[in-house]
Amino acid sequence: MTARQVLLAPAVQRKRPLGRVIVHGIRRYPGGIAGGAVLIGVLLIALFAGALTDKSPTSVDPVNRLSPPMAGHPFGTDNFGRDLYARTLYGARISLTAGFGVAMLALAGGIGFGLLAGYYRRLDGVLMRVMDALMAFPGIILAIGIVAARGPSLTNVIIALGVIFIPRVARVVRSIVLSVRERQFVEAARSIGATDFRVLVHHVLPNAWSPIVIQGTFIFAEGVLGEATLSFLGVGPPPEFPSWGNILGEARLYIREAPWMMLLPGLALTLTVLSLNLIGDTIRDLIDPRVRRRMA
Amino acid sequence: MTAYILRRLVMAVPVMLIVAVTTFLLLHMTPGDPVAVLLGPDATTEQIEQLRDQLGLNDPVHVQLVRWFAGLLRGDLGQSIFLNKPVTRAILERLAPTLELSILASLVAILIGVPIGMLAAIRQGRLLDFGSMLVAMVGISMPTFWLGLNLIFIFAVSLRWLPPQGYQPFEDGLWANLSRMILPAITLGAGQGAFLARMTRSVMLDVLSEDFVRTARAKGLSEPRVLLGHVLRNGLIPVVTVVGLTFAILMGGAVVTEQVFNIPGVGRLLIQAVLRRDFPLVQGIVLLIALVYVLINLGIDVLYAFLDPRIRYA
Repeated sequence: MTARQVLLAPAVQRKRPLGRVIVHGIRRYPGGIAGGAVLIGVLLIALFAGALTDKSPTSVDPVNRLSPPMAGHPFGTDNFGRDLYARTLYGARISLTAGFGVAMLALAGGIGFGLLAGYYRRLDGVLMRVMDALMAFPGIILAIGIVAARGPSLTNVIIALGVIFIPRVARVVRSIVLSVRERQFVEAARSIGATDFRVLVHHVLPNAWSPIVIQGTFIFAEGVLGEATLSFLGVGPPPEFPSWGNILGEARLYIREAPWMMLLPGLALTLTVLSLNLIGDTIRDLIDPRVRRRMA
Repeated sequence: MTAYILRRLVMAVPVMLIVAVTTFLLLHMTPGDPVAVLLGPDATTEQIEQLRDQLGLNDPVHVQLVRWFAGLLRGDLGQSIFLNKPVTRAILERLAPTLELSILASLVAILIGVPIGMLAAIRQGRLLDFGSMLVAMVGISMPTFWLGLNLIFIFAVSLRWLPPQGYQPFEDGLWANLSRMILPAITLGAGQGAFLARMTRSVMLDVLSEDFVRTARAKGLSEPRVLLGHVLRNGLIPVVTVVGLTFAILMGGAVVTEQVFNIPGVGRLLIQAVLRRDFPLVQGIVLLIALVYVLINLGIDVLYAFLDPRIRYA
C-alpha cells in the first residue's frame, strides 16, 4: 500500500455503503442482530396490536369455547372463547411494560445503593448485608409475597420483581465504585471542591455505565420471564389482563382439550426473552475486551 | 481442615440470623391477615380478634420475634396456622418429593451441561460449537413452565408414555415413582443445564489457551490425556461452584415445576403458605432453603481443596 493510499483509506471507509455495513454486522454479530430484529418486531406488535387484529383480547364468545384454530380464530380460542391470537398480540404490551419497568426499577435502586455503599464506607457493611439477605431469599417467593400483600396489579408485579434484582445491580456498581474512588481524577474533583453528589454522578458513575447496560438487558429478560411466571402461578396482574403467563396458566388446565392454547403465547415469550438475552450477550462481547480477543 | 469447617459453620450462624430476622420482618410488615383468611369472609371482627389474641398476633412485632426466636433455639419452628400441625412436621412430610426432584434435576443439568460445554469448547468455532450454544441460549430463554407443558403434551397426552402429573412415593414401586419424576426433572434441569454448558465452555476456552496446555501437547501427550488430565482438572473449580449451587438454585426453582406437575412438595407448600400468610410455615421453609444454601457453599469450598491442592485453608 502506497503512502497515498494509506492517507485515503479512512475517507474510503467512511463512504462504505449502508448495505455492506449491515451485511458485515450480520456476519459478525448474527445473534445480536437477530435479537434486535425480533425485539423491534415485538415492540411494533405491542404498539400496533389493535391494527393487527379486529378482535378484542377480552371479548367473550361462549359458543366457540376452546375451539381449535378456525376461520375467524386463526390460533383458536381459550376457555372463555376469547381469541388467542388477539390475546397474544396484546400480551406483548404487558410483557414489555413489565420487563422495562423491572429493569428501570432495579437499575435505579441498584445504582443508588451501589454508589452509596461503594463511596461511603460506613454505609457499606449495613447496605451490603441487607443486599445479601435479599439475595439469599428465593426471588420468586419474595415476589409472590409482595404481590400477595399489595394486591394483584401490574404495578405491584413490577415493584416486586424490581426489588429482587436491586442487589445484583448494587453489587456490580459497588465493585466499580470501590476501584474508581481511589483514582486520581476523583481525588482531583474532590480537591477542587466538588460535592459528593457531583463526584458520584459526573466522575464515578460514567465508569460504570457499560456493565450497567449489560445488567439492564439481562434483567429486562428476567423481568419478562418473572411477570410470566407470576401470572402463570396466578399472582400476576388480574386475570382479565391478557398476559402470556396467565394464558399459559389457563392452558395448563386444558392441555388435553385445547393444546393449541399454549402454542402462541409460549412461543412469543421464549422468542422475546431469547432476543433480549442475545442482545445482552452481544453488548457484553462488544464491551468486554477479554471476550473480544478470544473471538478474534 | 476440621477447624476450617467448624469456623465456617460458626460464621454461617449470623447469615442465618439475618435471613431469619429479614423474613420475619418482611412477613409482619406487609399487610394481610392470616386469621381473616382462615376464618373466611363471614367471620365477625370479634371472632377474628379473639383468634388473633390466641395466636399471639396482636402482640408487638418485637415480642413475637423474641418468642419465635426462643422457640427456634429449642429447635421448635412453631405451629402452622392453617395445617394445625408443627411446622417441622409439615415440612418433613413434603420434603421427599422436593429433594428427589432437585437431585434428579441436578443430575440432568450436570449430565447435559458439562459434556456439551466441553465438546463445544474443543470444537470452538465449528458447527457443533455454534449449534450447541444456540440450543443452550434457547434453553436459558425458555420459561420452565412452558417447557414442562410441552413435555406433558408430547410424552403424556400424545404419546402416553408417561403419566402427566402427580407423585408416588418410593414405596409404591420404583417405576411408579420414577415415571412421574422424569418429566419434572428434565423440565427443571434443562435451563440450568443450558447455563452450565455456556459456563463450562467459557471456562474450558480459558484453560485451553494456557501455556501448560501447549506444553502438555508439545511433550507429546495424547489429546484425551491433555483434555482430561490438564484441561478438565483445571477447569473444574468454577464448574464445581456452579454445579454445587445448581442444587440450591433448583430447590428454589422447584416451586414452579411442582406447580406444573402437581407434585406435593415443599415448593407448593411454600406458595400456599405465602398466599394464606401462614407466617410460621413461610419462615420455617425459607430458613430451610437458606440452610441448604449455606451448607452447599461450605461443601463447595471444602471440595475445592480436594480438586486443587494449591488451595489451602489455614
